[in-house]
Amino acid sequence: MAKIRYSGQVHESRHGESVLECLTAHGVSVPSSCHAGVCQSCMMRVVQGRVPAAAQSGLKPAHVAKGFFLACICRPDEDVEVAFIDEALQKFPAEVVEISPLNSDIVRVRLRPRQPLDYSPGQFIRLYKGPGVSRFYSLASVPKLHHEDIHIHVRKMPNGLVSGWIHETLHAGELVDISESLGECFYLSGHPEQGLLLMGTGCGLAPLYGIILDALTHGHQGAVRLYHGSVNTAGLYLIEELSALSEAFPNFEYVPCVSGDEAPPQGFAPGMVLDVAMARHPDLSGWRVYLCGNPDMVSTGKREAFLAGASMGEIFADPFLPASSAAACQ
Amino acid sequence: MTSLYEKVGGDAAVNAAVDIFYRKVLKDDRIKRFFDDVDMAKQAAKQKAFLTMAMGGPNTYTGADMRKGHAHLVTRGLNDSHFDAVVEDLGATLKELKVPQELINEIAALCETTRKDVLGK
Repeated sequence: MAKIRYSGQVHESRHGESVLECLTAHGVSVPSSCHAGVCQSCMMRVVQGRVPAAAQSGLKPAHVAKGFFLACICRPDEDVEVAFIDEALQKFPAEVVEISPLNSDIVRVRLRPRQPLDYSPGQFIRLYKGPGVSRFYSLASVPKLHHEDIHIHVRKMPNGLVSGWIHETLHAGELVDISESLGECFYLSGHPEQGLLLMGTGCGLAPLYGIILDALTHGHQGAVRLYHGSVNTAGLYLIEELSALSEAFPNFEYVPCVSGDEAPPQGFAPGMVLDVAMARHPDLSGWRVYLCGNPDMVSTGKREAFLAGASMGEIFADPFLPASSAAACQ
Repeated sequence: MTSLYEKVGGDAAVNAAVDIFYRKVLKDDRIKRFFDDVDMAKQAAKQKAFLTMAMGGPNTYTGADMRKGHAHLVTRGLNDSHFDAVVEDLGATLKELKVPQELINEIAALCETTRKDVLGK
């Protein structure tokens, strides 16, 4: 009988019982849906011991290499220690190089990890304030341009435990702990002609900015369209940088959107980011779509992009974020 | 003997069918309200599990799972006409993918065996 260790507790798995069944029987809530190894909602990570190869069937090689497995079809034949994917992250220190304002409530934090971080722009990391206190932040930097430094955008939240600390207390030169990178929301080279539609609100721009820089520096040939929205002009940021990019790269177009009452300046589109973008892109067959920011915008946007013809597998939004969090930047 | 699932084309056929089928369902005025407030990615995973099962592929669903999984929809008025609409959308999807009619009939017959459980009868 194999023992399954989770979060310091050891559970005996009865003969033929899956990790999902065993943990659920002991009161651990594991997200799951199909119970047949198909939907991957119960993906976990083995941190000690080995799981049978069958428990990793259908997973990407990168996931297999990291010890990810599907709890619903995993019947271990040896003792294992398991964790949820975002709990089992490797942690290492990074130096704060610079904190600079992007607008009145968003700062860019430049971090230099003490060991090189292997990441794709648009993925996210966990940043730890202390034991048990951490937040996810998306990566807006690109290894090609920013070398070993990584950039995150942090919006100051009312009473934000971590964002307040970053805005008010943290200084250049200090060390913080960060995790390895996570997430599927990034640029994939190999389809240089494909159209890319990126829609974001607020600091949801961070991963999109990383993805755009990554695509353009990879020599992406297809259309790259960014719609970034806020209630007013003051809520937008990186306007000059994005405008300069659109001049340098003819296939990149930047459309800032303002949904509030103010009359938008020249070159800005009035309205909600999703309405503006979808009106201009009624047919998204063959496009890849990225959505980041306000959760309602993201979930409505996924549906609208899909109904407009984008394939489900070509619609990307950060999947590991808790449902209540708006974007990996707050 | 080749199974129905293998004849249709297995996992690759299911992957090809998911997008087409789910788009039909979301645009189908008869049934789209049942999908109004569900997360797209989770729902797509469920559609894949459903299609795998409908095509006779590997699955562990029991009648009890079917009952439990649809009970909240039955209280919202799920009935035979909606079940028929889903089977029809599935048939149209398979036709679009050039699956031979006799296999589509077999798949529809397989769906039929779940009707009582899905509708909580």
